[in-house]
Amino acid sequence: MGRMRGVIVVDEERCKGCRLCIPACKLGLLDLTSKKVNRKGYPYVQQTNWEECNGCTSCAIVCPDGCITVYRKKTEE
Amino acid sequence: MTKEELIQSENLVYKKPRLLNDTTMHYCPGCSHSLVHKLVAEIIEEMNIEGDTIGICPVGCAVFAYRYIDIDWLEAAHGRAPALASAVKRMWPDHLVFTYQGDGDLACIGTGETIHALNRGENITVIFINNAIYGMTGGQMAPTTLMGMKTSTCPYGRQADLHGYPLQITDIAATLPGTCYVTRQSVHTVANISKAKKAIRKAFENSMNHKGASFVEIVSTCSAGWKMTPDKANQWMEENMFKNYPLGDLKNE
Ligand code: SF4
Ligand code: SF4
Repeated sequence: MGRMRGVIVVDEERCKGCRLCIPACKLGLLDLTSKKVNRKGYPYVQQTNWEECNGCTSCAIVCPDGCITVYRKKTEE
Repeated sequence: MTKEELIQSENLVYKKPRLLNDTTMHYCPGCSHSLVHKLVAEIIEEMNIEGDTIGICPVGCAVFAYRYIDIDWLEAAHGRAPALASAVKRMWPDHLVFTYQGDGDLACIGTGETIHALNRGENITVIFINNAIYGMTGGQMAPTTLMGMKTSTCPYGRQADLHGYPLQITDIAATLPGTCYVTRQSVHTVANISKAKKAIRKAFENSMNHKGASFVEIVSTCSAGWKMTPDKANQWMEENMFKNYPLGDLKNE
């Protein structure tokens, strides 16, 4: 049985740390950086456990600033 | 499978629309404006009419919209966007002409222009961002501020005897014979974003097909003006704004 594998790429300099994508991920895979900030001074979003991501695109759809790019592929694992 | 194997163009399923410029938008973190800009860019891209679209910017938070979406824009005097859009559409009847306005621009200083352009049945789309407050100038009371809602100019909450009532401009728009489509949407969840996108697309198609004026209200948040986190603002909007501004189509002809 295959499953959908996904991964996101965050435009870290564009992210404003608004946190709206965090609850949008039903698998709870996102969090803000705790120590690092971008050039504008915002903490930014990171995928904490990318192996679980199914590429559903919810986080990217709710991101107001279009910071998230999503890749998805069906695998045979 | 490694990240590198997955991050390949053939696996791409979502990215920022091409027409949304790389310039960082000046909006506060989590602002509904940014999301609606993203939708407008996506729709124009999907309709493949970027060369035939003219947007009209308002005065207010969205005054710099022309920096963010890569189409032709004109900047209107405060509140006059629907008047300018009427002129532009009459000059370029085969173009998509839309205005993008907040509640201060559309429902206060520009109430006259809004109502008359809609009532003339101009073949334009009006996108109305209603966050019930004046965001750009520092959170003052707007015509659409809810009863009891606190702003910097009604710090004890809006009261009927002092400030009157929230202006139901979208309901007024639906009564005008010149409008063909009047709808109220929001952009705070995946499902609502998808509905709002369909609504704006329908409005744009109506304008291209000369069906009359289309009016799309987006019930929005202003986390800075409301003094809440973006997430809290979404929740507050669901609990308070939707009671006064219920979502759905008001007119669809
Ligand atoms: S694509 Fe879906 S599963 Fe992956 S991080 Fe985003 S919301 Fe979570
Ligand atoms: S929704 Fe977008 S801007 Fe907000 S924290 Fe997530 S990636 Fe950053």
